[in-house]
Amino acid sequence: MGVNLVANYGEAVAMILFVIGFMNLLLQKNLIKKIIGLNIMDSAVYLFLAEKGYISSRTVPIVVNGIQDVEAYINPIPSGLVLTGIVVSVSVSALMLSLTIRLYRRYHTLDLDEISMRLRKEGL
Amino acid sequence: MSKLRPQKEYEKTGAFRFFRWLSGSKDPYVGEVEMKPQEETIIPESTILERMNEKRMMRDKIYDAENNKKLRLFHKIYIASAILFSFVLAGLLLYTVSCLPPVGNSANPANNEVPERYIESGLQETGAVNIVTGMILDYRAFDTFGESNVLFIATVTVLILLHNKKKSAKEEENDRIYEPKNDAILQACAKVLVPVIIMFGIYIILNGHLSPGGGFSGGAIIGAGLILYLNAFGFKKTERMFTEKTYKAICFAALTFYCVAKSYSFYTGANHLDSHIPLGKAGHILSSGLILPLNICVGLVVACTMYTFYVMFRKGDF
Amino acid sequence: MDFIQNFPFFSIILSMFSGIISSILPGKAAKRLNTAVIFVAGLLSLILLIYLIGTGSSYTYMMGHFPAPWGNEIRAGILEAGMALFFCIIMLLSLFGGRKKLNEEVEEGKHNLYYILMDLMLSSLLALIYTNDLFTAYVFVEINTIAACGLIMIRQNGRTIEAAVRYMIMSLLGSGMLLMGICMLYDLTGHLLMSNISEQVALLAASGEYRIPLLVTIALMSVGLAIKSALFPFHAWLPDAYGYSTVSSAAILSSLVSKGYIFLLIKIIYRVIGFEIFDNSRIIDVLFVFGLMGMIFGSLSAIKENDIRRMIAYSSVAQIGYIYMGIGMGTAAGMAASVFHILSHAATKSLLFIAAIGLTDVSGGSRKFVDLTGAAYRNKWAGVAFTVGSLSMVGVPLFSGFISKLLFAQAAVQNNGKMLPALIVLGISTILNAIYFMKTVIRIYTPANGTGSCVTFRSMKLYAVTLVCFIVLNIILGVSSQPVVDLIEQGLAMFS
Repeated sequence: MGVNLVANYGEAVAMILFVIGFMNLLLQKNLIKKIIGLNIMDSAVYLFLAEKGYISSRTVPIVVNGIQDVEAYINPIPSGLVLTGIVVSVSVSALMLSLTIRLYRRYHTLDLDEISMRLRKEGL
Repeated sequence: MSKLRPQKEYEKTGAFRFFRWLSGSKDPYVGEVEMKPQEETIIPESTILERMNEKRMMRDKIYDAENNKKLRLFHKIYIASAILFSFVLAGLLLYTVSCLPPVGNSANPANNEVPERYIESGLQETGAVNIVTGMILDYRAFDTFGESNVLFIATVTVLILLHNKKKSAKEEENDRIYEPKNDAILQACAKVLVPVIIMFGIYIILNGHLSPGGGFSGGAIIGAGLILYLNAFGFKKTERMFTEKTYKAICFAALTFYCVAKSYSFYTGANHLDSHIPLGKAGHILSSGLILPLNICVGLVVACTMYTFYVMFRKGDF
Repeated sequence: MDFIQNFPFFSIILSMFSGIISSILPGKAAKRLNTAVIFVAGLLSLILLIYLIGTGSSYTYMMGHFPAPWGNEIRAGILEAGMALFFCIIMLLSLFGGRKKLNEEVEEGKHNLYYILMDLMLSSLLALIYTNDLFTAYVFVEINTIAACGLIMIRQNGRTIEAAVRYMIMSLLGSGMLLMGICMLYDLTGHLLMSNISEQVALLAASGEYRIPLLVTIALMSVGLAIKSALFPFHAWLPDAYGYSTVSSAAILSSLVSKGYIFLLIKIIYRVIGFEIFDNSRIIDVLFVFGLMGMIFGSLSAIKENDIRRMIAYSSVAQIGYIYMGIGMGTAAGMAASVFHILSHAATKSLLFIAAIGLTDVSGGSRKFVDLTGAAYRNKWAGVAFTVGSLSMVGVPLFSGFISKLLFAQAAVQNNGKMLPALIVLGISTILNAIYFMKTVIRIYTPANGTGSCVTFRSMKLYAVTLVCFIVLNIILGVSSQPVVDLIEQGLAMFS
C-alpha cells in the first residue's frame, strides 16, 4: 500500500463512489436505477478530476488586483475539463431517459430482463 | 370576564379559523382551488393476476425456469462474479490512489509549465480575467466546440425518440388535467421570479470572462426560468413566445456563428496569420475578443436545449 | 505552410457545419448535402494522401494561436490520411446501398435528423483519426457513442430500442473507464497532448517511479476501449444492435464505428505510452488471449444462428478478435496486419450486410434460412455479392480476406512465443468461418419452388451499382495489396 492514502482521501472517496455506481449499473434490474448508477459513476470521475487541481493555500484562478503570480492560484486545467465533462454527462443521461420512456410506453415495465423476455416471445 | 359567544358567531372569527387550521381538522384547499382531485388509479385485482400469470408462463415456456438449473446457476454465478469483480476493482483502485501524488502538493507533475503560462500570460493573451474561461474558450477551444456538438446531437436523438407532431385533441386536454390550472400562488410567484431568474442568467453569461460563470451555467439558469414560466402559465401562453421555429432558429444561428467564428480563429492561428480581433481593455465587459460572443451563443444553445428536454419529456411537442 | 496542410481541419469543420445546417433543411436537401460532404471529405483526404506520400513525413497543425502543450493540435500522416479516405468511401457506399430501405423505415419528417447523425458521425471519426490530444479524443468518442446509439434506434421498434439501451449501458461503462484512465495519466504526467505525455511516460518508466499507477492507467484505457469496440467478453450488445437496425446503419456501425475506437487504441499504444512500455506491461498478452477467444466463440455462435443478419453480426465479433490478436502480437508486422484487416473487414462486412438485405427482400422480408432458399436466383446481384463477401471472409485467394490471413500468419511466425496458439486458432477459425458462410451460400443457390418475387436491374440501379463498387474494392484490395501494405508500414513508421 502506498503512502498517500490519507492525503488523497478525496480521491479514495471518488473511487469508492465509482465502484458503487459501477455495481449499480451491473446489478440493478430497474432501468431508472441503472441510469442513476451511471450518473453516480460519472460524478465520481469528475470529483476525482476536480481534486487534481487543488494546491493548498492558493485561491480561485480569477485575476484580482492584477496579481498574476503562479504562486497565487490553483491549477485551472482540471476545472475546465470538468466543465466539459458535466455537459457530456447531462447529454447522455437525457438520451438514456428518453430511451427508457419509449420502452416503458411500449412494454409497461422498467425491468430490462422482462423486456428481453417479451421480445423473445414476440420473435417466437 | 368575557361573555360566552354563540357557536355560530364564534365560527366567523379569525381565532376559530386559526385554531381549526392548527389542529388540521379541515383542509383549507379542498374545494377552494380550481383543481380536479386525482382519482386513485385502482388497478383491478384481475389484471395484476393476469400479468403475473403471463410472466410466469413466459418464463416457463421460454426459459423453462422451474427445471432449468443451468439458468439459475448462471444467474447466481453472474451475481457472485459481478460482486467479486467490483470488490477487486475497488481494492485495485484504492491501492492506485494511494500511490498517486498527494493532493494539494505544489510539486505535483500536473503543476508544470502549462498552468504557469495560463496564469501568468492568460490575461494578456486572451483578455479574460477568469483564467478558466480563457482556457476553455481560447487555448483549448476545440474541446468546447466538440462539447457543444455533444449537446446538439443529444437533442437530436431525444427529438427522434420523443417528438410526436400528430397529437389528438384528447391527449392535449389530458396533459394538464391533474395540475392546478392558473394556480394563483404559482402565478404570482412566477411573475416576480421569472424576470429575476432570466436577468440573473443573462448577468452570468455576460460576465463569464470577468467572474465565475460563463455560457453553460448561465444557459442552464435561463432554461430553468423558462421551465418555471411554462409550469405557471401553461403551454398556450408560452407558445406565443417559444415555438419550434424559434428553437430551430436560435440553435441554428448560435451554432453557425460559433462554428464560423472558431473556424476563422483556428485557420488564422494555424497559418500563423494575425486574426485582427481586438482584445480590449481587461476588466471591461466588451473585452477579450471572441469570448463574449461565444459565451452568448453557448448560453442560448444550452437554454434552448434544457427547455426542449423538458418539453419533450412532458408533452412530446413544442 | 502549404494550403494542402489545412485539409484535415477543413474536412472536420465541414462535416460539423453541414450537421448544423441540416437541422433546418428538409429531408431530401439534407440527404444531398450529406452525400456532397462525404464526397468532398474523401476528395480532400485523397489529395492530402498524395501530398504526404510526396513529402514523406507527417506534420502537426495548431488549432488556434498557441502551440503544443498550451493549445489543441491535430496531426496528419500517411496512415491517418489513408484511413480517412477509406472511411469516407465506405460511408458513401453504405449510404447508397441502404438508401431505399432508409426511405421505408425511417419516420416521415425525421429524415433530416438521421442525416445530422451521419454528418456528426463522420466528423467524430475524422477527429478521432487526426487528433493529437487525449481530451479531445474523449469528447469525440462521446459524440461517436451518441451518434451510434441514434443510428441503432432510428427504426424505433421495440427490438432496436432495447438494443440501443444495452449498447449505451456497455458503451458508457467503457467511456467512464477511459476518462478515469485519462485523468490518472494527467495526474502522473501533467500533460494532455500525446507527444508531451509520451516523453513524460518514458521518463517515468525509466525512473521506476509510479510504476503501479502507470500500469493501472494503461489497463483502464485499454479495457475501456476494448469494451467499446466489442472485444470478446464484452460483445453482448453486438448481435442485437447490428442485426435489427436499418441496413446502412448496420453497415456503417460494423465497419467504421468499432474501427474508430481500435484506431484510437493503436494511437494510444504508439503515441502516448510507447510500444516498448506497452509490451512490457502484460496487458498486451491479455488482449491477445481475448482476441483468440473472440475468434472462436464468435464463429461458434454464428454457426448456431438461424437468422442471416445475426449470423453476420456474430461473424463481426470473430473478425474483431482477429484484429486484437494482431495488436496483441506485439510486433510491427502484427500491427500492420491488424490495420490491413481493418480495411479489408470494413470493405467486406458492409458488402455482406447490403447483399443480405437484398436477399431478404425477395424472400418476403423474412430473415430465416428456411425462407432464403434459392434467393440468389431471385436477386442475382445480391447473390453474387454475398458469395464474393463470403469467399473473402473465408480467405479464398483473389479476395482481400486471403491477404489479411496471410499477413497474420506471417506476423505470427516472426514472434516465437505466440506463434503456435495464433496459427492453431487461425486455422480453426478459418474452418469455422467456412462452415457457416459456405452453408449460407449453398442454401441461397439451391433452387426452390417459387416463393417471393424476382427483381430486375432496372428497379434497383443504385443498389446494383453499389454492390459492383464494393466487389471491385474487395478485388483491388485482394489482388494489388502490396502497395497498400507498403503504405501502411510507412505510415506506422512515422506514426510515433
